[in-house]
Amino acid sequence: MTDSIPATPEAVRKSAAAADARRRRKARPASRQWRRRGLMAAYIVFVLLPIYWLLNMSFQSNTEILGGLTLWPETFTLEHYAKIFTEPNWYMGYVNSITYVLMNMAITIVVALPAAYAFSRYHFIGDKHLFFWLLTNLMAPPAVFLLPYFQLYYTVGLFDTHIAVALAHCLFNIPLAVWILEGFMSGVPKEIDETAFIDGYSFPKFFVKIFIPMISSGIGVTLFFLFMFSWVELLLASTLTATNAQPIASVMTQTKGASGIDWGTLAAAGALTILPGIVVVYFVRHHIAKGFALGRT
Amino acid sequence: MHKVQNNRAWWLILPMLLLVAFSAIIPLMTVVNYSVQDVFDANTRYFTGTEWFREMLNDPDLHAAVLRQFAFSLTVLAIEVPLGIGIALLMPKKGWQASAVLILVTMPLLIPWNVVGSIWQIFTRGDIGLMGWSLRELGYEYNITASPVDAWLTIVLMDVWHWTPLIALLCYSGLRSIPDAYYQAARIDRASRWAVFRFIQLPKLTNVLVIGILLRFMHSFMIYAEPFVLTGGGPGSSTTFLSQSLTTMAIGQQDLGPSAAFSLIYFLIILLVSWVFYTAIMNMQKDNKKQGEA
Repeated sequence: MTDSIPATPEAVRKSAAAADARRRRKARPASRQWRRRGLMAAYIVFVLLPIYWLLNMSFQSNTEILGGLTLWPETFTLEHYAKIFTEPNWYMGYVNSITYVLMNMAITIVVALPAAYAFSRYHFIGDKHLFFWLLTNLMAPPAVFLLPYFQLYYTVGLFDTHIAVALAHCLFNIPLAVWILEGFMSGVPKEIDETAFIDGYSFPKFFVKIFIPMISSGIGVTLFFLFMFSWVELLLASTLTATNAQPIASVMTQTKGASGIDWGTLAAAGALTILPGIVVVYFVRHHIAKGFALGRT
Repeated sequence: MHKVQNNRAWWLILPMLLLVAFSAIIPLMTVVNYSVQDVFDANTRYFTGTEWFREMLNDPDLHAAVLRQFAFSLTVLAIEVPLGIGIALLMPKKGWQASAVLILVTMPLLIPWNVVGSIWQIFTRGDIGLMGWSLRELGYEYNITASPVDAWLTIVLMDVWHWTPLIALLCYSGLRSIPDAYYQAARIDRASRWAVFRFIQLPKLTNVLVIGILLRFMHSFMIYAEPFVLTGGGPGSSTTFLSQSLTTMAIGQQDLGPSAAFSLIYFLIILLVSWVFYTAIMNMQKDNKKQGEA
């Protein structure tokens, strides 16, 4: 088609423009653009459908739920939500869950920050082995630790307290935090540390005043992940607690009564557990992509 | 980055080390302790050596559970990895749509695992669930409490729903790190869409994909709450995965010795597979550094 080589500058420009237009038409025809959107929309529908059904159930009365399938609540009711917000054992489930999650985030970030700094800046005896050992804890199935944890926390008198769950979740959250933070810290040039030390900063002052602000987005992302994994883990949380620090997951099992399952309340309680996650993800939405790559893109 | 040799760095590690040791080493030693003893009560116990390990390694139920576990992990990886890459390629890159899609896609990851089970339980029931009811209306006798095939397919679908976002987000972040100049060069060369994917996007993705596959393998291998809530491991034991067999043995039947031996074998399998991935990640980082220096 363009076998003849254009001779004049005018012709060169013209043929280049024509080729460009042709390429643009070929690369991004409108129909393909719409196919992309269509596929994306189909996936979003797949993600949302089960959640929509949960919400739908949570606003229906139990008689309507069991009476027959309705695509939206015909008798819109807030009775299940009212039940959760008025009965102490229900709303305390949420309070307990959030309490141990926050405790875990605080403990983890405080010990993980210096450790990640050491891994990102120094060679020391056994560093590689230590790092792999840390990661093995990330891989440990909680089921393996179930019984020993129960006995350990029972013996030291921490059974059924928030701090027991917070400490237990350190098992996988500390290695994760160290791994993510190490990735972010390695992105900060070492010259910054050296300059600060020459300027007479002591290590703690440098760390808090200069270094931490520099990796604040990394810390934000790490906190998001700590929240996420502590919030979704429930096997350890419900094993280590009985009544005082019971997480919402154990409370939800109460919906199985003698007369069958209280579907409406179960759905409402489930819907409420999704909320904190959405709030948290909104704050880190710009950094989340990098965070999921553990700071290593 | 060039690292300095400095053994005082141990002081920075120490607080973390003590904390992890408290929640990892002490319990693990308890497990090791149980695995070589026969415990009757607090004062009567016998040393049994490797008996429990031999018993567990020859247990046909356990063999079946291990096979089921591998089948499940490989199935979900085979579906979630290509699907996740596809979604990452489709996700909008700027504007409010990018944020909105990002938040919607992330949502399943932030739902407590047993609630994921409850959501799918409600969604797939034949009488009150949208999916179960629709399938029955379409003439398919869908029943996860009676048909192992239905139960198995539903759990795979649930896991795809729950965890594909992780792969998608990892790939999305990998794709975002490709400079525009690469695409411009490809356009000048008139590279096809496939060539752009194969020679520009996929090489950038290998790094994040290995992390993604590692995390997915680990988590799918310890899956517990979701199938427990959805099917309870049934019908029969068709969806009983390793974690559930273990908890039934340890908590339900109080068989301390055998379940401790089982725990250690289980942990070793995960460790072995993960070590392979870990070595791969570390070698890749070394290669990247070499390329960066050259």
